[in-house]
Amino acid sequence: MTEIPKEEYLFKCTSACAGCSSSLVLRYVLKAAGPDTVLVMPACCTSVIQGIYPNTAMNVPVYNVAFAAAAACASGMSAAFRAGKKATNVIVYAGDGGTVDIGIQALSGAFERRTDFLYICYDNEAYGNTGMQRSGATPTGARTTTTPGGKPDTKKDIDRIVEAHDPPYMATACSAYPHDLFKKVTKALSIRGPKFIHVLAPCPPGWRYPTEQTVEMGKLAVKTGMWVLFEREYGKVTINGPSKAAMIKPLPIEEYLGPQGRFKGISREAVDALVSLARRNAKRLSLQEEGVC
Amino acid sequence: MYEIRIHSRGGQGGVTAAKLLALAAFRDHKYATAFPFYGAERRGAPVVSFVRIDENPIRVYSQIKKPGLIVVLDNSIMEVVDVLHGLRPGGKVLLNGTLPHDMKGFQTLSVDLTTIALRLNLVVAGSPILNTPVIGALAKMGIVSMDSAKLAISEMFSDDRNVQAAEAAYMELVL
Amino acid sequence: MLTIATGNKAVAAAVKQVSPEVIAAYPITPQTEIVEQIAEYVTNGELKSQYIPVESEHSAMAACIGASITGARTFTATSSHGLLYMHEMVNWAAGGRLPIVMANVNRALGPGWNIWAEHTDSMQERDTGWLQVYVSTVQEAYDTTLMAFRIAEHHEVLLPVMVNLDGFSLSHINQSLETVELGDFIPPLRLPHAIDVKNPRGYGPLTGPEEYFKFRWDIERSMRDSVKVIESTEKDFSQRFGRSYGFTDDYQCEDADVVIVSMGTIGKEAEVAIDLLRKEGIRAGSMRIRWFRPFPKLDLSGRDVVVIDRDYSFGYGGILAEAVRSTCRAEPYSVIAGLGGQEVTYDDIAGFIQGRRPGEEYWFGVTPDV
Repeated sequence: MTEIPKEEYLFKCTSACAGCSSSLVLRYVLKAAGPDTVLVMPACCTSVIQGIYPNTAMNVPVYNVAFAAAAACASGMSAAFRAGKKATNVIVYAGDGGTVDIGIQALSGAFERRTDFLYICYDNEAYGNTGMQRSGATPTGARTTTTPGGKPDTKKDIDRIVEAHDPPYMATACSAYPHDLFKKVTKALSIRGPKFIHVLAPCPPGWRYPTEQTVEMGKLAVKTGMWVLFEREYGKVTINGPSKAAMIKPLPIEEYLGPQGRFKGISREAVDALVSLARRNAKRLSLQEEGVC
Repeated sequence: MYEIRIHSRGGQGGVTAAKLLALAAFRDHKYATAFPFYGAERRGAPVVSFVRIDENPIRVYSQIKKPGLIVVLDNSIMEVVDVLHGLRPGGKVLLNGTLPHDMKGFQTLSVDLTTIALRLNLVVAGSPILNTPVIGALAKMGIVSMDSAKLAISEMFSDDRNVQAAEAAYMELVL
Repeated sequence: MLTIATGNKAVAAAVKQVSPEVIAAYPITPQTEIVEQIAEYVTNGELKSQYIPVESEHSAMAACIGASITGARTFTATSSHGLLYMHEMVNWAAGGRLPIVMANVNRALGPGWNIWAEHTDSMQERDTGWLQVYVSTVQEAYDTTLMAFRIAEHHEVLLPVMVNLDGFSLSHINQSLETVELGDFIPPLRLPHAIDVKNPRGYGPLTGPEEYFKFRWDIERSMRDSVKVIESTEKDFSQRFGRSYGFTDDYQCEDADVVIVSMGTIGKEAEVAIDLLRKEGIRAGSMRIRWFRPFPKLDLSGRDVVVIDRDYSFGYGGILAEAVRSTCRAEPYSVIAGLGGQEVTYDDIAGFIQGRRPGEEYWFGVTPDV
């Protein structure tokens, strides 16, 4: 098992919600990144989680920046550090709204320009910070405050959009698998150029499940095949162990949807759409892993 | 203040000719400004450029309404534009090539800049370069000194044929 | 060195000498020549900057912000819609106390599409905490860009500076330019709040109602302090390089019965109008506003005042006229002229002065049938 450093860069004085998985994600990201790291953060849950002025729960510098601007801000920061011969890690830590919606132009530009940075999108599948409005990353059928009848549209596949930029490294992860996340962040930071890690981060108040089930909810997402753990290193795809197992024998999707209040009363059609999307994704990733496409 | 208006088509070098002329005047220790009227930039469309030359600093930015000299790099423009518009009484006209039009009594000079450019194979993207030979012609007319004209051309262009083209136009223009 | 250059090339020449560590910019007419020239300098090795060809103006300013907070010197340039597109980050740069220098080539706003000079673009940024200066010649564009870096980076200022030049009428005109040997005119940038991983801090976190206003006041305090920094910088520039400018460029104002107040190239052409009027025995003067933020103290007491606005605040009036009205207790004749590159000649300007009606507003060129 990977040795995870004891040093903490996220102190216990955060203002996160009870059961917040994204603060777990941040904790492991920072353990992997170490002290020579700057976080660039657009508006997101962690804007609040980090603490309120004059306090901070963060033991690395955090540059808070406007919603659409994180990747571009990181571009400038990385260029300045590299010009000054500094190897400081520049990590964007952004939510799904700041990534797949309002921040996508800057994200695309920074990846196209081969910015040396790591972009982490922690995905709680809605605008959690402001009380769960739909985002492009909200899955079909999920109720949010702006989709009270369940979202009719499909979750935007940001991984395929990022893939189109051909980054040297990209991966998915999940808060329920911290060792996997730690290893991926470590690997990403060892590679020069633009890197992307997309982390599923279940959200108790937003998804409406009991706070103590936050780890279980992440595991169910993977075990039902609703979330696939994979890496793409210089174009080569590897599907990680837990998702490999789920592809062979997935748990029924109801085990994942059932405990979540956001899916209460979801239509059969919406469930079918979720299942069929998950199957298509799994098939495509398997074929890519085999090198067929 | 001496005011000059240059008519050309987009891509023929009228804008650069204005800049060269201003630079040459500047090398004559005078003050000069050069500016085009910018519309939507399209190759082949009529373009107007302006040059002001004075002994004192020039504080005027508006377009030249009453030029003392009009330069036409492409005579076909005269079919669509009244190039003589606003020309001061006693003003002059310099044409590229023959005199097909009624110049309303204004003193008109002409030199075949296109032939000079073609003779020296000064052609870019299919168009003969007119902006350097025309500076030679303008030097002959006394707008700038020939030394400064050559200096300005060599400051902006490394290819010596540009200076040769100016010298040819200087020789060939009949006052 | 003496040469001729356009306003755009003059700005690029100044930037090359100041050598920012990071330049991020997006091209837009009529600013494009600045970006092209800088890209060429970087490509041929004359400029050692990291040049980031961003995908939008919003990202241009965001990249400058990210670079600046590491303590790097930064520059960008834009115009019109580009400036408005980066508006959010323009605010962020000032709020973050980042001494970014930006050239804005003033251009009108659509619709309809118009690429010519107007000041409404930068006027819409006047409340952002940026220092704003408006120039009128190629030489002034160069000199002011140099001074802008020193002023922005001064420890008593640490606010961004916007150098404004009129689209086409200055950005594309060729005039003489004398470049200088900079020497130690611009000291190295020392950003006191630069990111230091050994001393981790949070920048711009959630800041409550009991704290936020203190940061706003700090911007205003620095804006006020910038007055003496601008004065000392302009004075030092004048002593070293022999050219002086000031908060306003006053021409024949001492004994003037009527003063015309304007900005940019129209302000320079106004001097020719003053010469014409003086010949007719009319004691007129011209006051060209250079620094619009911080807004200078103007002495216009006891004279008639004519203000030319190359901008407009709909439902209110000319923006410069309003500034003059409120700070000088004057009742200016407010002329709205030059919008979208509208031709305004020295004869027209002389006409504004002669036909002045204090307290009234006049839209040049507007007739009952418009």
